[in-house]
Amino acid sequence: MAALLPPLRVCRGILKELRAMQGPTYKLSPAYNYVMDQFRKNKASLPPTASQLTVTGQMYCRAQQEAHHDSHTYLCLLASNRTHLALHKLYHGKGDRSREEVAGLVGLRLPTQPGGKGWEK
Amino acid sequence: MFRGIARLQSQFGNILSPNKVRSPHFRFALKYSTAITERKRFYQDVSISQGEGGLYEINLDRKKLKTPGGKLFTVPNEVLAIAVATEWDAQRDTLKFYTMHLTTLCNTALDNPTQRNKEQMINAALKFLETDTVCYRVDEPHGLVELQKNEWDPVLHWIENRYNVTIGSSSSILGPEIPEATKDTFRQHLNSYNFWSLTGLEFVITQLKSVVLSMGMIDRHLSVEQAVLLSRLEEEYQIQHWGNVEWAHDYDMYELRARTAAGALFVHLSSENSTVKRKLLQDREG
Repeated sequence: MAALLPPLRVCRGILKELRAMQGPTYKLSPAYNYVMDQFRKNKASLPPTASQLTVTGQMYCRAQQEAHHDSHTYLCLLASNRTHLALHKLYHGKGDRSREEVAGLVGLRLPTQPGGKGWEK
Repeated sequence: MFRGIARLQSQFGNILSPNKVRSPHFRFALKYSTAITERKRFYQDVSISQGEGGLYEINLDRKKLKTPGGKLFTVPNEVLAIAVATEWDAQRDTLKFYTMHLTTLCNTALDNPTQRNKEQMINAALKFLETDTVCYRVDEPHGLVELQKNEWDPVLHWIENRYNVTIGSSSSILGPEIPEATKDTFRQHLNSYNFWSLTGLEFVITQLKSVVLSMGMIDRHLSVEQAVLLSRLEEEYQIQHWGNVEWAHDYDMYELRARTAAGALFVHLSSENSTVKRKLLQDREG
């Protein structure tokens, strides 16, 4: 099985998706703040040095691997949602036209009754 | 004749009168079956706030979000609330409910429209094990047999080792015989999940059509893309042979990926509780 992408690429991917979703104000969103916090907190893409080992005692932190997998999952969610929406817009049927549009196709308009029809309140 | 039509119209109007008292089940079925797929966006800002009991709520402009069943929309932790708020914020002119998977999952967990309890959900999940995709093998074409052996066998071995169970694979039409001990082990394991996580897990199982692959993904042995690929193994084989049809194959694959990813994230976020333990040295520095 192929390994997961390195955390930096996942982080960049998530930020790209957020920017594509929300436009230039994506840095103000709570999602951006949370994602950046999490990546900073779990940052150890390099193996820990000896000093780090004595201070924090982390070697292969399970929580870190879990967070890495979760970030990958979230990136997959955002990216595939965007692609799915694009494909939907491109290929999915538009549905029926409304009655007004259909009448307009042949140059007619639907009749209106200002007082409402007899049985309507 | 006109009087007859008018009487018919009034009868019709009475049936649709909103004042009629209906049972909750009927109301649920109505709300969940006559689902609207799109709506215009009616709010500017999305924000989250913490309500009573530590539960988080979503605010659209000044109004609080509600589930289709009418309850207040609450989530147990902040991360899920942020993700749901991001979903709502991502909508442009129209709200496309079919892309808001996390919101849908939360609604299902909160409303429970089919009114099931944990035991029923676990039984349904275990029933799926008997018709698990990974256990059903073909006899021919040879390439597909090889592919299934190379890709699915490792996952089967992994789950058999992880949970200490036996799940065979078979190419007969009846499928593999799952021993009771296996089912009991899984039942015990699934019982440790709370109701929200079980909702998500069942969603993932239904999407991937496999309990083995779902457990592999939830236990973080497989990534979402890998699980989806393994679930669609035969389709991928046929695509390589006959060609890819973008408006069907790609559309399905991305939709499956989005739903599976949403389900997995939902399970992980609903079942984790993170605490921060400060170590002494950091305390002294801070």
